[in-house]
Amino acid sequence: MEASESTDHVNYLNNGYGVKSWLLTTDHKRIAILYLISITIFFMIGGFFALVIRLTLLSPEGTLVSADTYNKMFTMHGITMIFFFLIPSIPAVFGNFLVPMMIGARDLAFPKINLLSWYVYIVGGMFTLTAMVMGGVDTGWTFYTPFSSGYSHTNVVPTVIGVFILGFSSILTGLNFIVTIHKMRAPGLTWFRLPLFIWAHYATSVIQILGTPVIAITLALVGFERIAGVGIFDPNIGGDPILFQHLFWFYSHPAVYIMVLPAMGVVSEVVTCFSRRKLFGYRQMAFASMAIAVFGFLVWGHHMFVSGQSVYAGMAFSALSFLVAIPSAVKVFNWTATLYKGTIRFQTPVLYAFGFIGLFTIGGLTGIVLATLPVDVHVHDTYFVIAHFHYIMVGGAVMGYMAALHFWWPKMTGKLYSEGWSKLAALILFVGFNLTFFPQFILGYLGMPRRYHIYPPEFQVLNVLSTAGASILGLGYIIPFFYLMWSLRKGKTAGDNPWNAKGLEWLTSSPPPTFNFEKTPIVNEEAYAYTDGVFEEDVAGG
Amino acid sequence: MANEHSSHYVAHQFDDLEQQKEAGTLGMWTFLATEILFFGGMFMAYFVYRFSYPDAFAAASHYMDILLGGINTGVLLVSSLTMALAVHAAQEGKRKQIILFLIITMVFGVTFLVIKGFEYHHKYVEHLVPGWNFEYKGPNAGKAEIYFILYFVMTGFHALHLIIGIGVLSVIAMMTARGNFTKEYYSPVEVSGLYWHFIDIVWIFLYPLLYLIHVHK
Amino acid sequence: MFNIPLFPTEASTTASRVDLLFFALMGIIVFFTALIFVGVIFFSIRYRQGSRASRKGATSENLKLELVWTIIPLCITMGIFAWASKLYFDMHVPPRDAMDIYVVGKQWMWYIQHPEGNREIDELHVPLGKPVRLILTSQDVIHDFFIPAFRVKQDVIPGRYTTEWFEATKVGEYHLFCAQYCGTGHAQMVGKVIVMQPWEYEQWLSGKSSTGATMSSSGEQLFTQFGCVTCHKSDNTGRGPSLIGLFGQKVKLQTGQTVVADMDYIRESILDPTAKVVATYQPVMPTFKNQIDQAQLMQLIEYVKSLGKQQTASKGK
Repeated sequence: MEASESTDHVNYLNNGYGVKSWLLTTDHKRIAILYLISITIFFMIGGFFALVIRLTLLSPEGTLVSADTYNKMFTMHGITMIFFFLIPSIPAVFGNFLVPMMIGARDLAFPKINLLSWYVYIVGGMFTLTAMVMGGVDTGWTFYTPFSSGYSHTNVVPTVIGVFILGFSSILTGLNFIVTIHKMRAPGLTWFRLPLFIWAHYATSVIQILGTPVIAITLALVGFERIAGVGIFDPNIGGDPILFQHLFWFYSHPAVYIMVLPAMGVVSEVVTCFSRRKLFGYRQMAFASMAIAVFGFLVWGHHMFVSGQSVYAGMAFSALSFLVAIPSAVKVFNWTATLYKGTIRFQTPVLYAFGFIGLFTIGGLTGIVLATLPVDVHVHDTYFVIAHFHYIMVGGAVMGYMAALHFWWPKMTGKLYSEGWSKLAALILFVGFNLTFFPQFILGYLGMPRRYHIYPPEFQVLNVLSTAGASILGLGYIIPFFYLMWSLRKGKTAGDNPWNAKGLEWLTSSPPPTFNFEKTPIVNEEAYAYTDGVFEEDVAGG
Repeated sequence: MANEHSSHYVAHQFDDLEQQKEAGTLGMWTFLATEILFFGGMFMAYFVYRFSYPDAFAAASHYMDILLGGINTGVLLVSSLTMALAVHAAQEGKRKQIILFLIITMVFGVTFLVIKGFEYHHKYVEHLVPGWNFEYKGPNAGKAEIYFILYFVMTGFHALHLIIGIGVLSVIAMMTARGNFTKEYYSPVEVSGLYWHFIDIVWIFLYPLLYLIHVHK
Repeated sequence: MFNIPLFPTEASTTASRVDLLFFALMGIIVFFTALIFVGVIFFSIRYRQGSRASRKGATSENLKLELVWTIIPLCITMGIFAWASKLYFDMHVPPRDAMDIYVVGKQWMWYIQHPEGNREIDELHVPLGKPVRLILTSQDVIHDFFIPAFRVKQDVIPGRYTTEWFEATKVGEYHLFCAQYCGTGHAQMVGKVIVMQPWEYEQWLSGKSSTGATMSSSGEQLFTQFGCVTCHKSDNTGRGPSLIGLFGQKVKLQTGQTVVADMDYIRESILDPTAKVVATYQPVMPTFKNQIDQAQLMQLIEYVKSLGKQQTASKGK
């Protein structure tokens, strides 16, 4: 009844149609859409690079592209996927869209800065894209010196400028979230009533604020070193290339948590909604998010176990890396326990959330292998590492992103997508992902180093399997693109709360009005106040 | 609605002036946390090399002009005072005084930059600019070069911050002239003051670390 | 023909120890993965919408349970940590009787020198059952010397020496990979490690890769050629200190500090002589930075090392 009217009401989407009304908007929801479009484009670019990589590796002789081209491909795949897709993915799209709504605010604290962050992202992206078009860059996304500063013949400077600029977009987003979460919560919404999505974004923002500036200055120093021909990482004048690695990983390890913490927040929302249960161990989950953010800053040295750092430094970083695994493990246990005695509905978002839990478990546990010093010595810089971090970043972060996309799509667009197609796509993604990356664990332990475009012939079968998986995985990403586009035109109207979910964002209409709420909601219950284990009346009643 | 007099200044996303003010202040502190880590990366590099090559660093710091650096320290300290006075004037709602103190602060900022420019020029004349004309006489030339790279990068980024600070203050001064601030609403003045003090504090660390190494050796 | 290995050969004393730890980890991984998968699948089927399973007594908090699954993983990881640290430590400290082999990595090849004077490229011959310590450095960017069959790997860094040791347990040919990305030819910076019976190794040493001069005698030649000998006189009357008996000893510097005369110190003193000047001497030595390459540096070091062993013999002279 109300649902049919909701297309007519004034909402953030139909409140102005001109180009200006989008490009100069300060509405967090429109900015989220701008981000959604931009990161999707970067995801496609990064996916294209991945395609070339996998096709090259079909044959041990690497005949598809030259060595230099291959090196550029994996470098640009890493840079686009990490800096331009994964890091902004959930925070800049769903965080932007949902943080104000989940806490009952009209917008983020600094809407103009929010818009600025998108423009900064675009400018950074332009620099990096220009570098790619001009011939690319081949340093690896890690920019290790002295290769990046003195030996590479590619467009390192425009690329690091792009990443440097991009960093500020991430910082501005984090800053906005921190202030918004601190100062703009609706009456009655205490810290321990916040949805875990908000806790996750708070923890993420802390990392963005404290980590990103360090990589910014580090890459700036690499840029200067290239321009001046001399710099502080130059071993010829007594500089230490290992110092670069310390500074780089001080950000880039926590950056993994920038990618995965928000996905964990999404999973908490989705699992509770589709099991009609309060989250098991809410407080522990909130503390775990913060613990991950804090401990995440103390483990960067585990990327350097074979770099010649001292044995004792290695041991300290190893111990801390084991510790950071504990809060992650706790989260997985708590999600599983939430299902116990719930009332589980198998709809697309929860399939992705289950995918996250399973794949993140494998990714996390193989992370334990990498924290184990002597084993890391063997698998360091091999495909084992590649498989591990794709399980975390694709199996974890991207699955979380897909869960978020399917969970909040009806809220963002007011439309429902096809349940059948979306379930099929989720299944294809899960199968394709495992087929792509599981063989890489075996390849890694066999000793196949990463960043090789030619390899000994005995590794071919596993590589072919991986490429076959990648083509299935690619299909799994293309299908959602079509049915989501389709839903915009022909999808059923969603109604305000299609999942019968709790959380303030579901109290307002879909799509929400520009200022989110008719009047500021007042909160008087805890998060996820689903009636435990009781089958609730269906959507129509609500 | 909050009282009619101030609601004009409250942006749509805030409930009242106080919330807006608190958000602004917290936002600036958060930004300063970012800034601390930005300079922190450079300080980290500095300390690593300083402890690896103490003699080379001490020798290289002989080339610093303690007097000019000292004058600049004084200039920035006084500018922090005038900035504080500008904020104080804003609390009292004295528009002319705000503008006056902001202008004095900016003049000090420019003075600092001019003196810094002279120092840079001296380094150029003495062939001490790495990557351009670096010719260092004396032992440990390579390590001294690292010192000078850090000197230029650190003071360069500091100067860049100062230039941005002057830009911010000139915008604030114009906004004041246009009458955007009142006794009740002056948080942009206060917040930009925080930023200015931060720039000052960074220099308070840079000066002894770069200029005075050999003094206490 | 259809050769699909799923597990790498174990060909060093370290390999079996690393693999044992790895299997223990795999056990833990399989257990917990199964636990989570079974838990998620079982719960979601049993408590699916419409199922009649009882939902009585559902709670969303249970401190005991939460503590259990915090503390158990903590204990497991700390156990692994202790085990792993012991092994890591052993992997870092070569046995005293290890033989040294010198490796220079450069874009994109491995240049290897045996103290006996043999030189080889992209191949490393080693004897079975004898600990070998590799001394590694790079001429340009960071490389990494990785032998999967031995489970050893070490970054090779410009401007410093790193070491890596192993004891081969199985005769054969094994892959040698550069594991740290180093540019265009990274994937071609590969080679072979050839493990031979000790007597075969002896034969090989006198074979065609031999240069006829040991590394230290090549070093001695350089010592004369570059004029080092004019100042570093063996009777301590030169403008520089005598190098007899120096290696591995403590040296007192002008600044009052003491350093150990190890490989890195000798290397630094040749390339940047004024950095650490020995007490009572003047900083008069010129740098040899642009005259000497990494392989020659290693020969000089090997020579200085050999002078170190002469200690007792030379005192009588």
